Amino acid sequence: MLSRKGRRWGADACVVGFSGGGVGAEFGDPLRERMVVPSLKLQDLIEEIRGAKTQAQEREVIQKECAHIRASFRDGDPVHRHRQLAKLLYVHMLGYPAHFGQMECLKLIASSRFTDKRVGYLGAMLLLDERHDAHLLITNSIKNDLSQGIQPVQGLALCTLSTMGSAEMCRDLAPEVEKLLLQPSPYVRKKAILTAVHMIRKVPELSSVFLPPCAQLLHERHHGILLGTITLITELCERSPAALRHFRKVVPQLVQILRTLVTTGYSTEHSISGVSDPFLQVQILRLLRILGRNHEDSSETMNDLLAQVATNTDTSRNAGNAVLFETVLTIMDIRSAAGLRVLAVNILGRFLLNSDRNIRYVALTSLLRLVQSDHSAVQRHRPTVVECLRETDASLSRRALELSLALVNSSNVRAMMQELQAFLESCPPDLRADCASGILLAAERFAPTKRWHIDTILHVLTTAGTHVQDDAVANLTQLIGGAQELHAYSVRRLYNALAENISQQPLVQVAAWCIGEYGDLLLAGNCEEIEPLQVDEEEVLALLEKVLQSHMSLPATRGYALTALMKLSTRLCGDNNRIRQVVSIYGSCLDVELQQRAVEYDTLFRKYDHMRAAILEKMPLVERDGPQADEEAKESKEAAQLSEAAPVPTEPQASQLLDLLDLLDGTSGDVQHPPPLDPSPGGALVHLLDLPCAPPSPAPIPDLKVFEREGVQLNLSFIRPPENPALLLITVTATNFSEGDVTHFICQAAVPKSLQLQLQAPSGNTVPARGGLPITQLFRILNPNKAPLRLKLRLTYNHFHQSVQEIFEVNNLPVESWQ
Amino acid sequence: MQFMLLFSRQGKLRLQKWYVPLSDKEKKKITRELVQTVLARKPKMCSFLEWRDLKIVYKRYASLYFCCAIEDQDNELITLEIIHRYVELLDKYFGSVCELDIIFNFEKAYFILDEFLLGGEVQETSKKNVLKAIEQADLLQESPKKTLSPIF
Repeated sequence: MLSRKGRRWGADACVVGFSGGGVGAEFGDPLRERMVVPSLKLQDLIEEIRGAKTQAQEREVIQKECAHIRASFRDGDPVHRHRQLAKLLYVHMLGYPAHFGQMECLKLIASSRFTDKRVGYLGAMLLLDERHDAHLLITNSIKNDLSQGIQPVQGLALCTLSTMGSAEMCRDLAPEVEKLLLQPSPYVRKKAILTAVHMIRKVPELSSVFLPPCAQLLHERHHGILLGTITLITELCERSPAALRHFRKVVPQLVQILRTLVTTGYSTEHSISGVSDPFLQVQILRLLRILGRNHEDSSETMNDLLAQVATNTDTSRNAGNAVLFETVLTIMDIRSAAGLRVLAVNILGRFLLNSDRNIRYVALTSLLRLVQSDHSAVQRHRPTVVECLRETDASLSRRALELSLALVNSSNVRAMMQELQAFLESCPPDLRADCASGILLAAERFAPTKRWHIDTILHVLTTAGTHVQDDAVANLTQLIGGAQELHAYSVRRLYNALAENISQQPLVQVAAWCIGEYGDLLLAGNCEEIEPLQVDEEEVLALLEKVLQSHMSLPATRGYALTALMKLSTRLCGDNNRIRQVVSIYGSCLDVELQQRAVEYDTLFRKYDHMRAAILEKMPLVERDGPQADEEAKESKEAAQLSEAAPVPTEPQASQLLDLLDLLDGTSGDVQHPPPLDPSPGGALVHLLDLPCAPPSPAPIPDLKVFEREGVQLNLSFIRPPENPALLLITVTATNFSEGDVTHFICQAAVPKSLQLQLQAPSGNTVPARGGLPITQLFRILNPNKAPLRLKLRLTYNHFHQSVQEIFEVNNLPVESWQ
Repeated sequence: MQFMLLFSRQGKLRLQKWYVPLSDKEKKKITRELVQTVLARKPKMCSFLEWRDLKIVYKRYASLYFCCAIEDQDNELITLEIIHRYVELLDKYFGSVCELDIIFNFEKAYFILDEFLLGGEVQETSKKNVLKAIEQADLLQESPKKTLSPIF
């Protein structure tokens, strides 16, 4: 045994002959070219390169040396060739080009000196590969070396062949390798066997050559040969079902080999930490796995042995655990007895408690693979798995997360969710999205109660709102929509959450939607499940406005907020001035989507006030049906372009329209004080469908200004829905451009007896000065006989501290309004 | 095993053994990326990571990282033993091996590895046999005229 310490300055064993130092010859000096010039020793070069202070310096040294090496190659100096190549290989490792050394490898391999061959073959492995034509040229040398009978040389050749041998080389040299399989020397045989493995990988047809010797080789006692043989058999079986069937018959023999290994006592040569040759054990177990897969008989033969290995292997160190791990993998993959499977899962469970992080890693990975097929066995280790969520290593906590999510079921969902929610709060950012979506999915599958489900989603949105997927908002709104008994609870909790934080967009969107839908419940103040909360209208509106204005709000969020505000116009009791103001402001918003909404809502206030309540009413309980949702969405789009994430359902109920018409019977043509009509859902909705809000519509009837006094104007606009020719809708708009407010405004109307008139509640009683928000009111006139329309109006209001009363008949009513 | 790399804490390559055919360019790219990935790992992290479609097993010994790329069906824990065995062999050969030994005697490091692994598989599980083989080869190098006894 050579001691290598302190040899850096001593004789370099690689050099035969010259041992002088010094730099190579000057290029082009004719005299010196013929001499055998001293060249830099390998280790001196390494020293010099390492001494370079900068990258540039290093490059300079190397370039200079490479020039010398090139020259030396050109000169064909055989004596120092190996040294030159060795230096070249060093700089190659540093990343510098070395292709000009390829042919030198060939020459060195062909040399008879062992020193040359050693470096030559190393060079071949590092510099030559299949892509270079040159690689074929060493085939002959290898052939020669294989048959020479000098073991170290044969070893070099086999090693090189198995590292970089191409398919052609393998085909050429297979016969040589085959011969070596049965040579007396184990040193060469073990290498030949593994070379055969490589050859089969490159040229699968060679399996037929190397399959027959296996049976005999399996009887060897030399560990290296056994190991190689088992590797070879494994390779053969993986490639060919026929080979697999063939080798099943050696299962008993393999079992015996492994049993002997396991029961043999300690051997200095092969044991690691009290485990006999773990490398060999693992390889045997792997082969057993392949042979036992999907095969009852084989699986049975190995059953006892696997149990023995599983229970007797020393697990105090990694070597034993490696064997145990392979055993577990084998047990789980073959047709093993149920008890054995449970044993295997339990071993993995124990691995989870191991202080060695690596062991925990392989355990988590394996359990993840088994959680579907052996669910109940893995369930038993749930507490340990959950503990692993606290791992500091992200790759472990990621696996623990996946496994935990896979283990959630209806009986453990509450406890598991608690753990997962806690994890969500503290987990690394790249796991947040997966954790959030995992929790939401599990909640959807196993929620014990709707309230719990809503709470869970709420918690996820608050904790990791930015990481949830887009459909979380839709899902939550559907969920809340469908749980009527929880509307009050949901809106209250969402309001509280929103009041605290308006930055988490999904949360804000859901909260805005909820407040819009159930604002009345929010203000009602009573909900048993939560502490009573006094919220007043102004606060709610202020909060929504805050969302609308916040720079943190996405355009979509703003849309939600605006729509919510609009809905509140029918849910709240107060006047809608504030809402109307916001709506009209956003009519000139730069965001096109928002602007469109605002303009439409504004129009709703002004021209279609009669429809407003119907359009904005609460959605009925939603079915979680795909196709139905689509239809509903389509209809809602036709309605008033009020599009939202959740579908707006419609219930065409034609019968209710008839009920409405009946109500209009028998009223006199005189002045009426109409009770404000509560729009019934069905009728108004049919009404909705009747009206094609989208063009083309019949030629619009021009507006009519019917009254003006001191800056106060009254305008009529007419609509005759094509589906119902008897119906005429008049919207009366009172505007005020004077300097004084108009208050206590009341408008009454009368029509001829043959017509029927119905007045709806006005939008308000006040028109502020200087073009303040107008009052609108809807008249419904049924004129089935197409009698000429006459209309008498009576106005009373206060203006400039005076009470005004005006009665007049409307002239110049357009004929289209009744013909 | 598909390949084994040894590199320093500064990312300098000290040994590269490739058991799959790849172009020089590809090898350089893989080496660069993998070295970066492994060096970025914190000390308390586990020795395994998933990289592309391979499993990487690495262990640090003093200033050197030993890094192996294995396939999906390979056993990570036994790969750790492979790495450890290789280090033990180097240690026995050089006598308390350090990075400098591997730098200045890189070709020896290759020779030792080639007596332990062949074609990416373990060829010899006896430490004694591996070291004996190296010894014989070294003797053959020094005195080529001497007749050698068979290694075993």
